[in-house]
Amino acid sequence: MENIVSHHTDHHEEHEAHESIKIDGFWLFLVSDVLLFGALFATFIVLRTHYAEGPTSQDLFDVKEFTIETFVLLTSSFTSGLATLEMNKGHVKSLITWLIVTALLGATFVGFEIHEFSGMVSEGYKMSTSAFLSGFFTLVGTHGCHVSLGLIWMIGLIIQVARRGFTPVTERKLSIISLYWHFLDAVWIFIFTVVYLIGVM
Amino acid sequence: MEPKFKISHFFIHGDPLILGADVSIGIATVMIIFVLTYFKKWKWLWKEWLTTVDHKKIGIMYVIAALLMLFRGGVDALLMRTQLALPNLKVLLSEHYNEIFTTHGTIMILFMAMPLIFAMMNIVIPLQIGARDVAYPFLNAISFWLFFFGAMLLNLSFVIGGSPNAGWVGYPPLSELQFNPGPGENFYVLAIQISGIGSLATGINFLVTILKMRTKGMRLMDMPLFTWSVLATSILIIAAFPVITVTMLLLFLDRFAGAHFFTMTHGGDPMMYINLFWIWGHPEVYIVILPAFGIFSEVTSVFSKKVTFGYTSMVVSMMLISFYAYFTWVHHFFTMGAGAGVNTFFAVSTMIIAIPTGVKVFNWLLTMYQGRIRLTEPMLWTIAFIPCFAIGGATGVMLSIAPADYQYHNSYFLIAHFHQVLIGGTVFGMFAGLTYWWPKMFGFKLNETLGRWAFWLWNIGFYACFMPQYALGFMGMTRRIYTYGWDMGWAPLNLISSIGAVIMGIAFLFQVWEIAYSVKYGERDTTGDPWDGHTLEWSLPSPAPKYNFAVLPEVHGRDAWWKTKEAKERGDYEEKKQELEPIHYPKNSGIPFILSVFFFIAGFGFTFEWVWMGALGLLGVAICLIVRSFQYDTDYYISVDEIKETEAALRGEV
Repeated sequence: MENIVSHHTDHHEEHEAHESIKIDGFWLFLVSDVLLFGALFATFIVLRTHYAEGPTSQDLFDVKEFTIETFVLLTSSFTSGLATLEMNKGHVKSLITWLIVTALLGATFVGFEIHEFSGMVSEGYKMSTSAFLSGFFTLVGTHGCHVSLGLIWMIGLIIQVARRGFTPVTERKLSIISLYWHFLDAVWIFIFTVVYLIGVM
Repeated sequence: MEPKFKISHFFIHGDPLILGADVSIGIATVMIIFVLTYFKKWKWLWKEWLTTVDHKKIGIMYVIAALLMLFRGGVDALLMRTQLALPNLKVLLSEHYNEIFTTHGTIMILFMAMPLIFAMMNIVIPLQIGARDVAYPFLNAISFWLFFFGAMLLNLSFVIGGSPNAGWVGYPPLSELQFNPGPGENFYVLAIQISGIGSLATGINFLVTILKMRTKGMRLMDMPLFTWSVLATSILIIAAFPVITVTMLLLFLDRFAGAHFFTMTHGGDPMMYINLFWIWGHPEVYIVILPAFGIFSEVTSVFSKKVTFGYTSMVVSMMLISFYAYFTWVHHFFTMGAGAGVNTFFAVSTMIIAIPTGVKVFNWLLTMYQGRIRLTEPMLWTIAFIPCFAIGGATGVMLSIAPADYQYHNSYFLIAHFHQVLIGGTVFGMFAGLTYWWPKMFGFKLNETLGRWAFWLWNIGFYACFMPQYALGFMGMTRRIYTYGWDMGWAPLNLISSIGAVIMGIAFLFQVWEIAYSVKYGERDTTGDPWDGHTLEWSLPSPAPKYNFAVLPEVHGRDAWWKTKEAKERGDYEEKKQELEPIHYPKNSGIPFILSVFFFIAGFGFTFEWVWMGALGLLGVAICLIVRSFQYDTDYYISVDEIKETEAALRGEV
């Protein structure tokens, strides 16, 4: 009997070691994602003033809209942090609540972005208008795709946690999505600065 | 949106070569289906191979795919050399010639060199560091299948829709829609994109494996040099591949969505593409050469029966190479006219990167010095590599001199240079690795006699093919021309070059023969250590059981297996009897294969700009990912009894 018990804990530890290694890999994925955004930023910066015949960034960006958008995303990062705290305390229900709040804020952010993009397109300012707009739509849109994928992933995780509670696997997955979410927040701060703030200056 | 391409774009007609390919692909497919059905092997194929997550089997699949791609790329090369053998030949028309040199380059770099390297990494790394698998076996399977279906997508372009024709670098504006309206360049972009995701995942996978999964007692500075080289390569992959992903995405948006990143109008900047491409492309050169360096280090040490000379300097130079690899990209286009300051910086950085490479060459030589050298096939490839790479390196330094480069740029001198480092370095290195680790993969050695024939034919063919090209470059022959006149005076050297290419083609046939012959008659490896090796992979039976190590070894210092053998000989080896424990092992999964099929469908759809098909493929990808996320029963334990049985069968003892 004793033997079996000790074996069991061994397996458990092995499992946890295995889960922590997945978090290491995710950090490396984030490194590669930083470089992906780095290349997009470099392209945007090179083409930033290539307006061709199209509108300039001053014509297009609405300070109020992108400021609210930024605050929404920053808040979602904060609530995602609160969710992690609840996980560390072992509260499944409040964790799920905070994750739902985070997802709603994320969805609001994506809504703002869709609104901004569709507004531009309806005025005839498209990806094909100028190199500047190609760079803008691609950089900001790539971030938006990341957030949208994160939302689907987060909903999937909420269901898994609701079903299974905290296990080494769900805890690992929760840690990873919170890393991902904070990362997207950090990228947005650069987009906010490089694209929007410098753009309206 | 009205689709740009209709079914009428689908099949290419009118070219006998392509018709021949259509027919042979059709026959081969029917044959494969017949053989699998007749021998009732479908289930075996699915269970043992298509769904496997075992790094050793994935490695073998990489080998098979890479050798097939070597054949395809080699046929391309032979077609080009036939066309250029004499002036004014009309074997290939200019349009077809453009397609052939494009697919030759793309296939050889991305679908031959890369998978061969991944093959070596997969087969060797976990065994060499005393691990039971890579860090993420499931992801590893995804990487393979993404590579495989990426390669299939590119190859499909030959018979469906038309091949890309803007060179393996795909420079705009030529690769833009305006000048290249067919689906060919879309094939190129999407094939690279799909396989690129797999390569990036491999980089992450192996970096974590090496950093986190080493067996007890193996410090970083105890690792075999091949493991170090893969560590350096993985870092480069992680840092370089996101950039090609972005580059291909932007080119695709230009072509598909009418964006203006690299166009000539609306503020686009083609030079941005060229910069981005080589920010990936130059590190890529080192991604494919560093593992070869690692293999040469293993081989020289084992077959000289000495420890590697200057281990620390080997490690330091590999890490320096992977660092400097990021600061040389502009040397691919000094003629862009970035200005004297920029060109000087990149000229000097290029010269600097030759220094650590030189250090390594001297270390290999000094490892051999006063060693007891055994001229086995892997050792022959290594010895042939050294002078070949030295010449390739020296011509590289010549090319790095920015003012002189205005003369060499895009001439056959450049072609000769990079073939010399890629064939003499990477390909010879992979041949050394294949012949060295072959017994570990399959349990038998390759036939030495046939191997020597292949070796000498490769070498003679290589020098006959590429040495004349240096001279042709000086005589003014530029790359990518499809024909030339008698008045140019290039005929004799081109003929010699083409004869060399044919000799290399014959050498490849000898290798096929070597493998086929050895399957039946090759010397069986019963000890698991046919070369008297130094590192942990040789402590295992050949081929290794699926869990690799029944008991994880504990090592002290470098060349762990050599030390164990010496201790056994001296008689002061204490075998620690360790209890066997159940082994945690991942279950096979069909998801990586299915997911990659969906990627293929998406890629094919977007190639023809059939958005419905592309969206359908991506939806399939998303469903696969969600299904996987909801799977919790993903691994199992191999019982002690099963381990005992397996070990008894393999070693004849417990």
